[in-house]
Amino acid sequence: MERHPAFKPCICLFQVSSDQIEQLHRRFKQLSGEQPTIRKENFNKVPDLELNPIRSKIIHAFFDNRNLRKGPSGVADEINFEDFLTIMSYFRPIDISMDEEQVELCRKEKLRFLFHMYDSDSDGRITLEEYRNVVEELLSGNPHIEKESARSIADGAMMEAASICVGQMEPDQVYEGITFEDFLKIWQGIDIETKMHVRFLNMETMALCH
Amino acid sequence: MLRTALPLLGLPLAETEAAGEPTKEPGAPGEPPPGLALFRWQWHEVEAPYLVALWILVASLAKIVFHLSRKVTSLVPESCLLILLGLVLGGIVLAVAKKAEYQLEPGTFFLFLLPPIVLDSGYFMPSRLFFDNLGAILTYAVVGTLWNAFTTGAALWGLQQVGLVAPRVQAGLLDFLLFGSLISAVDPVAVLAVFEEVHVNETLFIIVFGESLLNDAVTVVLYKVCNSFVEMGSANVQATDYLKGIASLFVVSLGGAAVGLVFAFLLALTTRFTKRVRIIEPLLVFLLAYAAYLTAEMASLSAIIAVTMCGLGCKKYVEANISHKSRTAVKYTMKTLASCAETVIFMLLGISAVDSSKWAWDSGLVLGTLIFILFFRALGVVLQTWVLNQFRLVPLDKIDQVVMSYGGLRGAVAFALVILLDRTKVPAKDYFVATTIVVVFFTVIIQGLTIKPLVKWLKVKRSEHHKPTLNQELHEHTFDHILAAVEDVVGHHGYHYWRDRWEQFDKKYLSQLLMRRSAYRIRDQIWDVYYRLNIRDAISFVDQGGHVLSSTGLTLPSMPSRNSVAETSVTNLLRESGSGACLDLQVIDTVRSGRDREDAVMHHLLCGGLYKPRRRYKASCSRHFISEDAQERQDKEVFQQNMKRRLESFKSTKHNICFTKNKPRLRKPGHKKDGVANTETTNGKPPRDLGFQDTAAVIVTLESEEEEEESDSSETEKEDDEGIIFVARATSEVLQEGKVSGNLEVCPSPRVIPPSPTCAEKQLPWKSGQGDLAVYVSSETTKIVPVDMQTGWNQSISSLESLASPPCTQAPTMTHLPPRPLAAEEPQAPLALPSDPLLSFAFPPSLAKAGRSRSESSADIPQQQELQPLMGQKDHTHLSPRAANPRWCIQFNKGGQL
Repeated sequence: MERHPAFKPCICLFQVSSDQIEQLHRRFKQLSGEQPTIRKENFNKVPDLELNPIRSKIIHAFFDNRNLRKGPSGVADEINFEDFLTIMSYFRPIDISMDEEQVELCRKEKLRFLFHMYDSDSDGRITLEEYRNVVEELLSGNPHIEKESARSIADGAMMEAASICVGQMEPDQVYEGITFEDFLKIWQGIDIETKMHVRFLNMETMALCH
Repeated sequence: MLRTALPLLGLPLAETEAAGEPTKEPGAPGEPPPGLALFRWQWHEVEAPYLVALWILVASLAKIVFHLSRKVTSLVPESCLLILLGLVLGGIVLAVAKKAEYQLEPGTFFLFLLPPIVLDSGYFMPSRLFFDNLGAILTYAVVGTLWNAFTTGAALWGLQQVGLVAPRVQAGLLDFLLFGSLISAVDPVAVLAVFEEVHVNETLFIIVFGESLLNDAVTVVLYKVCNSFVEMGSANVQATDYLKGIASLFVVSLGGAAVGLVFAFLLALTTRFTKRVRIIEPLLVFLLAYAAYLTAEMASLSAIIAVTMCGLGCKKYVEANISHKSRTAVKYTMKTLASCAETVIFMLLGISAVDSSKWAWDSGLVLGTLIFILFFRALGVVLQTWVLNQFRLVPLDKIDQVVMSYGGLRGAVAFALVILLDRTKVPAKDYFVATTIVVVFFTVIIQGLTIKPLVKWLKVKRSEHHKPTLNQELHEHTFDHILAAVEDVVGHHGYHYWRDRWEQFDKKYLSQLLMRRSAYRIRDQIWDVYYRLNIRDAISFVDQGGHVLSSTGLTLPSMPSRNSVAETSVTNLLRESGSGACLDLQVIDTVRSGRDREDAVMHHLLCGGLYKPRRRYKASCSRHFISEDAQERQDKEVFQQNMKRRLESFKSTKHNICFTKNKPRLRKPGHKKDGVANTETTNGKPPRDLGFQDTAAVIVTLESEEEEEESDSSETEKEDDEGIIFVARATSEVLQEGKVSGNLEVCPSPRVIPPSPTCAEKQLPWKSGQGDLAVYVSSETTKIVPVDMQTGWNQSISSLESLASPPCTQAPTMTHLPPRPLAAEEPQAPLALPSDPLLSFAFPPSLAKAGRSRSESSADIPQQQELQPLMGQKDHTHLSPRAANPRWCIQFNKGGQL
């Protein structure tokens, strides 16, 4: 379990073009109200975000130290523009010129972002409880689906994850939760690198390693 | 068959006729009726439909033959084989009839053969993928087709100017453009037939296939425009006509799409109200889709686009509205029709090619066309991809481009269009026909044959066929939300933003309008996947169950070796009594036999693996109604049962799950709370599978109990929706006491956990309750408690805290307790004897199994393990901390018997 992504070499994620930086900076200032940092409350002002069923998780991810590469756990109170860029860079599309290793690395980084969102207590595992929380929030948009249904879905998903990752379990074997490796396994076969990106962030690139 | 039916038809019409010789239709109109016909041959009356049926039959049989050999079909696409077969058949027909018959008529093709294929592809189109790549698809479909048409036409004209095409091909620039327009379109039928077998990655597939569907509008427009220009003569074409031509492109495509969407709307709306006439649901789907096709055709809009949009648009709502069976019916009928049409098309293509009267050969034209369409297709793809890649987030690489260029198959559409040309206006029609046939054959056969090796050789990313998993569905949903949120945060209204908006709109208005209220409620993609997976698991479990049985090498019961008549009767009693009566059975002394064990294994297998229908439903004879509530209920119950099983096996995997909020002390990370986690019950709520179950029995106690019980109860699987459940509880295991007593002492509330031990497993020591049993008999006792009495039991348990003993008839186990003045039916539960734990314990059903498996011969154990998720063991660890809790020490005084 690689718990400290903070010390990963920045290969793909820190490339954002200067144009984009300018645009993002404008947006950043707009969000923060001309302040140097953004706090969680600032995101409440984004009207479109309100309809998002998992907005709290997403906003939380913006302040997650793990995503900000600042530490193994914890939540930042506020983020500055650099942090904002760091978060945004997770959503960069993958460069075609990269070799397979880099693509793999990128893929992992992107998945790690997602993983951190699930793993709210930073213990490196998505426990059933955490999974349930996410699923409940995910389904909260539909008022007709009860909480219990959401739970049983989470339970089912967890079972499935266990069977995918561990295979046939011994009777007294314990599946404690989805680790990041298991998470990668679950995502096998899905081109996340071709999905997790936002068009806005696709422009000419410029290395921006700090 | 036909012959036998004929006499009946003939009887009232005609009088006698020589029987057995069905030669000719009797009688010209003038003649008097020749008499009663015993036998009449009326070929001409049935000829047309008979031939149609025959052709389809031949095609289907051919398909069966092709698929007899997997080797052949894995190498050669079916479409190639069908075309070749068509060639052979056409040759035979030509040889026999001396004229070519049964050809692909454009009218038949466009009105009957094409719609099912397009509807099928539109309806089952992966809509998400389609819209994700819509930009690329539209580009290739519109720009690509225009490019192909003009370049091919112009190049051929150039070829003619240079003199490489024989002068007898009388065609001007416009004729060549017309030809270019019809030959340039990639054909959906051919593409589908070939690409479905190739399994390239889904993006590539959807781009090629989407292009082939949507370019229909362009083809139709170009064809019509060129055709009318040709008919007008090039001199008469005005500048405004060109403008009109361009405008008509939009009219035809957008108009077609609009027609399709209108009909999709109508269709969705109609199916909302079919609740009482389920039987016509599939019909509606086909009728309205076909109506869309015909309407678009009537208005000379793009019919293919109309049907595609209709299928795409209506699917979500229709699937939600119509019943499960109708869904299956729609799916199968659609697939059947489409494959039927496809088969016939390819076969007729082959047959039509034989007719040499229709075509005239010119090598220059044929070769030129072949080269040009390949070259310009490739060039066009490269150019467009280059432009597209400037915008695409996931660029299409070179390999993709190669496959796209090479996958541009031409097919029956081109052929039908070229047949439709008017020879008087287009003098070179015969040459065009020949060229088209060659092009179609070349692309379908040569390219179809080689594309698979090419894809392999180029190592094109293949699509991985994996079943949808719940996790992936969940993650992808999360993902969509994240992307939409990021776009929101960034303030950029991109694709995800609009998709999100659309989904909101759909949820708020469209779904409400178009979906049945009941369907709308539970409509959710995640939920759907979950449901489907469960059904699938249930089925596979039952299948697997049978497999387990056979794999353990169990021989099925050998009848004569029953060593106890009484046992039989007990078993019978068990099987037959559905009443809530408490069966207190007499004690039987049994020597356990292998037969008993088989029975036991079988019992568990059936008990656990099979759905127990509670009622028999009358066979419905109505043509208009399918009694589907029975089916639905069964589905539901199978579903629930399966859920339970899943949860159980999940428990056995012992997730580390923390308790919910109200139990902070159990929340330490890493604390293994076995089993508890996976059931839905925390907080002392009843385990409820999706609200389908009623929650009567087990819950009662839970609310009032303490945490331990909660965790306990969460392990219970409610079984109250099962038909008949027997709980056989063994009270005393002499052998076990020393080992297990620590665990067994604690008796959680008795719940019915499916595999309750069979009586045979208890070795049938039925005690009479009189206490006059021999020692060996009393070593195990069993009491059978019907499930509906569990409630009473639970209630009695809940009141145990006060040590009051409520008169509860279903005390868990009535052992023979001579020292205690207990009638057989009296509860002994409250009497806790903490001082003597070894003597006092009861088996909860879940534990009873553990106890049983231990007590049984070791040979039995592996079998049991295969069948059960070994819940017992987990229970031990789980229960042990609570061992001292006197509330649970319901004991049956065993000492008395001993």
